Amino acid sequence: MRALNIKLWRDLWHMRGQVLAIAAVIMGGVATLVMSLSTYDSLVDTRDRFYREYRFAEVFAQLKRAPESLAERLRALPGVERLETRVVAGVKLEVEGFSDPITGLLLSVPDGDEPTLNALHLKRGRMVQPGSEDEVVLSDTFADAHGFEPGDRLAAIIQGKRKVLTVVGVAVSPEYVYQIAPGAIFPDFKRYGVLWMGRHALAAAYDMNGAFNNLALTLSPGARAQEVIDRLDAVLAAYGGTGAYARKDQFSNRFLGEELNQLRTTATVFPAIFLGVAAFLLNVVLGRLISLQREQIAILKAFGYTHPAIGWHYVKLVLLITLLGVTAGTALGAWFGQGLAQVYQETTFRFPYLDYRLNPAIVLFALFVGAAAAISGTLFAVFRATRLTPAQGMLPETPAIYRATALERLGFSRWMGAPSRMILRHIERRPVKSLLTVVGLAFACALMMVGNYQKDAIDFMVDIQFRQAAREDLALTFIDPTSGRALHELEALPGVTHVEGFRDVPAILRFQNHQYRSAVYGIQPEGVLHRSLNRKLEPVEVPPGGIVLTDHLASRILHVRPGDMLTVEVLEGDRKVLEVPVLGITRQFLGVSAYMQQDSLNALLREGPVVSGAYLAIEPGFEHEVYARLHERPRVLGMVANASAVKSFYATIGEFVLFYTMVSTLLAGAIGFGVVYNSATIALSERSRELASLRVLGFTRGEIAYILLGELAVLTLAAIPVGMLLGVGLVGILVLAFTNDLYRLPLLLTPSNYALGASVVIVSALLSGWILWHKLGRLDLVAVLKTRE
Amino acid sequence: MNAPPPTEPVFIARGLTKTYRMGEVEVQALRGIDLELFRGELVVLLGPSGSGKSTLLNILGGLDTPSSGEVFYLGQRLSGASEAELTRFRREHVGFVFQFYNLIPSLTVRENVAAVTEIAPSPMPPEEALKLVGLGERLDHFPAQLSGGEQQRVAIARAIAKNPSVLLCDEPTGALDSATGVVVLEALEKVNRELGTLTVLITHNAGIAAMADRVIRLSDGRIAEVRANPLRKPARELSW
Repeated sequence: MRALNIKLWRDLWHMRGQVLAIAAVIMGGVATLVMSLSTYDSLVDTRDRFYREYRFAEVFAQLKRAPESLAERLRALPGVERLETRVVAGVKLEVEGFSDPITGLLLSVPDGDEPTLNALHLKRGRMVQPGSEDEVVLSDTFADAHGFEPGDRLAAIIQGKRKVLTVVGVAVSPEYVYQIAPGAIFPDFKRYGVLWMGRHALAAAYDMNGAFNNLALTLSPGARAQEVIDRLDAVLAAYGGTGAYARKDQFSNRFLGEELNQLRTTATVFPAIFLGVAAFLLNVVLGRLISLQREQIAILKAFGYTHPAIGWHYVKLVLLITLLGVTAGTALGAWFGQGLAQVYQETTFRFPYLDYRLNPAIVLFALFVGAAAAISGTLFAVFRATRLTPAQGMLPETPAIYRATALERLGFSRWMGAPSRMILRHIERRPVKSLLTVVGLAFACALMMVGNYQKDAIDFMVDIQFRQAAREDLALTFIDPTSGRALHELEALPGVTHVEGFRDVPAILRFQNHQYRSAVYGIQPEGVLHRSLNRKLEPVEVPPGGIVLTDHLASRILHVRPGDMLTVEVLEGDRKVLEVPVLGITRQFLGVSAYMQQDSLNALLREGPVVSGAYLAIEPGFEHEVYARLHERPRVLGMVANASAVKSFYATIGEFVLFYTMVSTLLAGAIGFGVVYNSATIALSERSRELASLRVLGFTRGEIAYILLGELAVLTLAAIPVGMLLGVGLVGILVLAFTNDLYRLPLLLTPSNYALGASVVIVSALLSGWILWHKLGRLDLVAVLKTRE
Repeated sequence: MNAPPPTEPVFIARGLTKTYRMGEVEVQALRGIDLELFRGELVVLLGPSGSGKSTLLNILGGLDTPSSGEVFYLGQRLSGASEAELTRFRREHVGFVFQFYNLIPSLTVRENVAAVTEIAPSPMPPEEALKLVGLGERLDHFPAQLSGGEQQRVAIARAIAKNPSVLLCDEPTGALDSATGVVVLEALEKVNRELGTLTVLITHNAGIAAMADRVIRLSDGRIAEVRANPLRKPARELSW
């Protein structure tokens, strides 16, 4: 067997270009597999550990105000294990040298004690001291965005009163792994911060002495979240409870969960494509190798090597290629994985630590999947090799049988010279191989499109959200619903060109057995700033007297249609339960909403023309003046400036987009080049004699290149439209896989994305063509006169 | 049936040598060849393997260049010509017939011939060339459907269809049995006679030499003997 092993290495060396090209495709599959699974594992482990160690609560509730004495009653509810009351206040923040509006959330921590639930992981500094009046701990995202260190100061407007706060620590909380301002679309670390303050100090500033307005609890073993929620809601209704919710509905946790789902999809769909293509390539390449080595195989068998020994010889060859691909893929995947985990940690999720960990089981799994794909792709060729009798093997292979192609029989032959016919007949003689080559190339195109889809989708969603639907420069909310007269004051501010009031009220929407916790937004029917969009994404007026729902909310969550009566359980004031007709469907990619006309909502709530907030259009240049004026107003609770939010969002995701573009380009390139280069090399090997004969007969290098590369060109051109269709299909899978109430992806493919997809295929083909052109120059013309195939 | 009187030589070779490097060994394939070949002649190059006859044929056909010495085609210097010039020379003036036919399997009989006539400056119709070798019937068959002798006759038709000045045949009967070989040689003889094409035929089979106007025997890279046949023996009467 020693000699056979030497032959193995020489064969591998001899076909090193192809070996590398195939290994690169396997590498792509393994890299995506390892990247996604290891990042997934790392994030899940980190999340679970963080939640456990820092006692992330299982049920949360917000209410208006309840005396602290109520806590004992709540703790006695069946199913409650540990319950902690808190004071939570929305605040406006002031940071020196930063004039955009900043909103924040102040949460109380028990004086002198670690929070029993949702504990903080301090990254720097210390916790607040018991009895301190002005000490706060900042969320690390906000602190890092502004460069806050312990000892620094910032001001907060709490209940209209300005209070200077001293930063004593910087921390991460399991409750805010994903941080986003209420009502905002994207995280914005500069303009939204979470702060923790001593309970006593916060209660004093917020008029909550001896009272609480928020609670979190863990469940006793075996207790069911929904039952506890129902009991809790029954008690809290009298205290302005807005409905308790379970951990699975906690925003940060939900978003994290959706992101992890996305990683898992990546871990299945993409490696499957790569390994499928690799299996095909191995089949083709090995099939060719074996037909070239017929004689050698026959001689080995004549010498007495057994079938299994020869079969094993070729399986070893394949396994070596696989091993190469899996090793490189694991290394690349681990590198990508670390990069991805890092990008997540920096842009999206905040964990106190992120243990990137490559589970050896993943490597073994990758090796197993890679080998399985490779061997299944090769088995047939190997089987054929072992079946050859020595005598058969020594005979030349019977000449290939060709026939006129369908195109020629249709009468197109008169426009085709002999070289063109050769191209077509060659393609038609091996239809499956040609088809698989096209499919392989098409996947390169499709992968490239999927990689670039992300950025286009985000651009589109931002455009729809901020240039079609929410066009205001500033959205502000009042501390309490306010008379519509307040709008006139806003209009009078210098630089404010247009004001639209809105009324929003938290509510549970019910239809039959379906329900969803949300808010009902009363907006202006003829509003020009905040508009609802129809299915074609055109602005439409919200009709009077009824409600309009986002398509996803209507059809996927509530299963309600226009004409049905929807039950709206208001979670504010005297908690009315109303029946409202559904009048229409709107389209929205981010979040889900229920819209009414403001007048209709006011009427339903039996209140005057009150508003909860306003949308403002501001003349360019006046922004900071308006912010400053509004900042001084005690009734203004929070402000969100759209333009700056979008800008900062792009700064944050830039890294993500770059990372994905790099990965997808690399991988699509690997597949594209792997497929074209292998097809071309095999075509050259199969046809070098024929081409050399034509050279002897006086064909120029250009003319024989036409025959060889023409076939490549036909397959490449055929692959582009197929690839575009596949790209649409893969994006479609993504769109279906990531449809939830947080966001829906648009099925959107821009011309530039199609062009990028096509360009991967074309560049791979050109590169292979260039290599082949040089190989054609080295064709041995003399040898063909003397040898038979 | 004498050869037409020698006029201007088609090929003139002077002091041709060729040295190959094969791995670490230097092989002297040609060691000084002087030669003239004339229009209408049928010349047989005879010699054992390694005698240099294929190398000589390759240099005459523009597939290879000599290490030293000169070769002229109708007064045009071939030695030292560029790759593109040699390609053009082969395309316009040379017909090749190979030992293993080297037909294009994906083209029919007619198309195999047409592949060459499409790029030649003044070809004959493919059908006419095929008729000349006795294959006027099976025009639309693919090579895989033909016998070896038939395939070789297609190859001859392909070589002559461009109306070449010279037909170079490297062991054209080497892969055929003797009866089939005779049919192929008859075709070559007919082409030589009817078209007056200079035909150079390589063989190690001395039995074929009788059909030539001249027999050039090579040995060890040199011309060992040139013999003119006063009377060409018809191919039909050959056997080996």
